[in-house]
Amino acid sequence: MSKTANPVDGLRNELTSAYDHDPHAHHHAGDHHDEAPKVTLGFWIYLMSDCILFASIFAVFAVLKDATAGGPSGHEIFDLPYVAVETALLLVSSLTYGLAMISMEANKLKAVFVWLIATGLCGLGFLGMEVHEFAKLIGEGNGPDRSGFLSAFFTLVGTHGLHVTSGMIWLITMLVHLKRRGLTPANRIRLMELSLFWHFLDIIWIGVFTIVYLMGAA
Amino acid sequence: MSKERDDFKSPQPKSAATTAARPTGHVTRPVDVNATAAELAHHAHDGAGHGTVGSYLFGFVLSVVLTAIPFAMVMMHLLPAATLVPVIIGVGVVQIVIHLVYFLHMNTSSSQGWNNAAFVFTLIIVGILVVGSIWVMYHLNSNMMPGMMPVG
Repeated sequence: MSKTANPVDGLRNELTSAYDHDPHAHHHAGDHHDEAPKVTLGFWIYLMSDCILFASIFAVFAVLKDATAGGPSGHEIFDLPYVAVETALLLVSSLTYGLAMISMEANKLKAVFVWLIATGLCGLGFLGMEVHEFAKLIGEGNGPDRSGFLSAFFTLVGTHGLHVTSGMIWLITMLVHLKRRGLTPANRIRLMELSLFWHFLDIIWIGVFTIVYLMGAA
Repeated sequence: MSKERDDFKSPQPKSAATTAARPTGHVTRPVDVNATAAELAHHAHDGAGHGTVGSYLFGFVLSVVLTAIPFAMVMMHLLPAATLVPVIIGVGVVQIVIHLVYFLHMNTSSSQGWNNAAFVFTLIIVGILVVGSIWVMYHLNSNMMPGMMPVG
């Protein structure tokens, strides 16, 4: 009963026991390629549903982007060099997370820590810049209550920011997991899923800076 | 539990070649550092879904270029708005594909079949949602509230 109750746990146990019997299996990068996609499929489905959430908010933004109600348009309030730095931070964090994954495959726990912390610092920098941008807009009287355009802007960019915040919480949790257990099969799967999540957020940000900031300022 | 810990903490078998061929500061297997384009291409199709330092750097450099191009075009007003918008959307789509392939490791192998099916399904839903919303709202505005239509 307990085995069938949670198929993911069942699969994880299977994987765990498989690795315990052959602890060196993961030294050959090819060996676990058939199992990992099955385990991460569920997480992939979640990401796809998140895609649809963002698509609805993007659609709202597209519909409301000209509804400025006499308030400022994107052209007047967006600071493109500032957004370029935010974008750079997210892009670099995607690279550092990739390097963390490669260190994981090479079984280098210290390097995994270093790259994960680098990723976290980039994420923190991004969030700091976004909060500062929001505070500045609200301080100037251009908060989400100013116009339909600004409501949609804060909803879209804020939802992405909330996702990055949850990614940061997950990343810190991941560091604790790794500190306590090391690169166990379960932690490898968690790292893989956080990797998907983090890169996914970068993809959403491509949509945000293209549609909100660049098209707004064009 | 202890077995899990031992799994990682047991000494790693390191061949002389592995340590000798690794450039300092790099954190990967030497084969990855020296991977040729052909090896990378092969890697992208074997259902591996992990990538190498080379493939991550390649994806990163492409992303930086594909981010810099639209930012530069908008900031330096290189094109009139009518042509600028389709171009930056196009560059954005290309960059998304680059991220999907080099960071999320999507590929056409059979082990990715369900991932890809879910992805295609999501694309369809996203298309209906976004295009449908814009279409319906545009016509609602132009038919019902002509005074509120934005110029152009």
